[in-house]
Amino acid sequence: MTERGRIWLFAVPAVAVGVLLVWSFAGLPSFGHYRGPYGNVINANAIPQRHTTNAVAAVNFDYRGFDTIGEEYILFASVIGVSALLRLQRRERELPQPPDHAPRQRAPETADSVTVICMGLVAPLVLLSLYIVVHGHLTPGGGFQGGVILASAFLMVYLAGRYVTFRQLSPKSLLDAGEGLGAGGFVLVGFAGMLAGAAFLENVLPLGQTGKVFSAGTLPIINLSVGLEVGTGLLLVMWEFLEQALMVRA
Amino acid sequence: MDVMPFVLAGWLFLIGLYGIVTSRNFIHLVMCLGVLQASTYVLLLEIGYKAGGTAPIFFDAHPGAKAVDPVVQALTLTDVVVGVTVAALLMALALQTHKRTGSLDPADARIMAG
Repeated sequence: MTERGRIWLFAVPAVAVGVLLVWSFAGLPSFGHYRGPYGNVINANAIPQRHTTNAVAAVNFDYRGFDTIGEEYILFASVIGVSALLRLQRRERELPQPPDHAPRQRAPETADSVTVICMGLVAPLVLLSLYIVVHGHLTPGGGFQGGVILASAFLMVYLAGRYVTFRQLSPKSLLDAGEGLGAGGFVLVGFAGMLAGAAFLENVLPLGQTGKVFSAGTLPIINLSVGLEVGTGLLLVMWEFLEQALMVRA
Repeated sequence: MDVMPFVLAGWLFLIGLYGIVTSRNFIHLVMCLGVLQASTYVLLLEIGYKAGGTAPIFFDAHPGAKAVDPVVQALTLTDVVVGVTVAALLMALALQTHKRTGSLDPADARIMAG
């Protein structure tokens, strides 16, 4: 198909969809006039029922925790998918030692200032990620957000021009184990509810005092498990892509 | 003019789709998909917005404070996670396509070989 034909084939339905969208938007409650009721109900009940000050975390890991298990396993499946798609193909081999740069690309030496800044950021980022995960039921953040920060902390080592150190710091077998443990932990918390004689994922642990780190029952445990899963999962994806760029040769 | 914030979501959706249709590079295409998906974040957050409402976090606000809907925010989080996973898988596919055909242009990747 020609370029022009393709754009026309897009433009005509796009205008139609645009008109339909504006028409349906006009039927929504006007902007800023939220009608509820679910958001208001949860905002009013998150503290009395679950002793958590983060209503979003209460929704994600408690009221609709079962959906979040599905969400976590989407991520899990995607990590497996990337690993499967990027496995060694026929006529490909892996270098025994990581080289300094990608093939056919003359990489300049990493500047000392970049190395110093990136290496200096590793420890603060690990600490920040733990803080975000552990306080997920109190303030904005949680397992998903903290996990991403954790993965970026390790990526800093690569950005500092230390790919060999990056591989040593995040051995694949450990990442695989962390990924499995994180994904399984969430489900185990669910079964713990059943063992206690309640429903799957019911918040059966003591709720504690609102605003404390050890409060809100199962929420902090689920946050830790999700943080581990997301952090190791993203690192595995980065691991695979970096290996493709630096280690795999046709 | 109350419809305008919603129209922004519609515009993001259509401009992302335009980028996908006219894309000449798989990586650019994945980024356009990201723009398209951003429209759903915007729409979800707009639906839950209350004029003058704060974030639904009550750590330093009194419990009765007027706060926006936490349910759509939780859905947006799910949406972001799905966006990341789809992007990662598509990037892996783009990489393998580039290895086989030597090109990232969707027009060069017509013939699929197993």
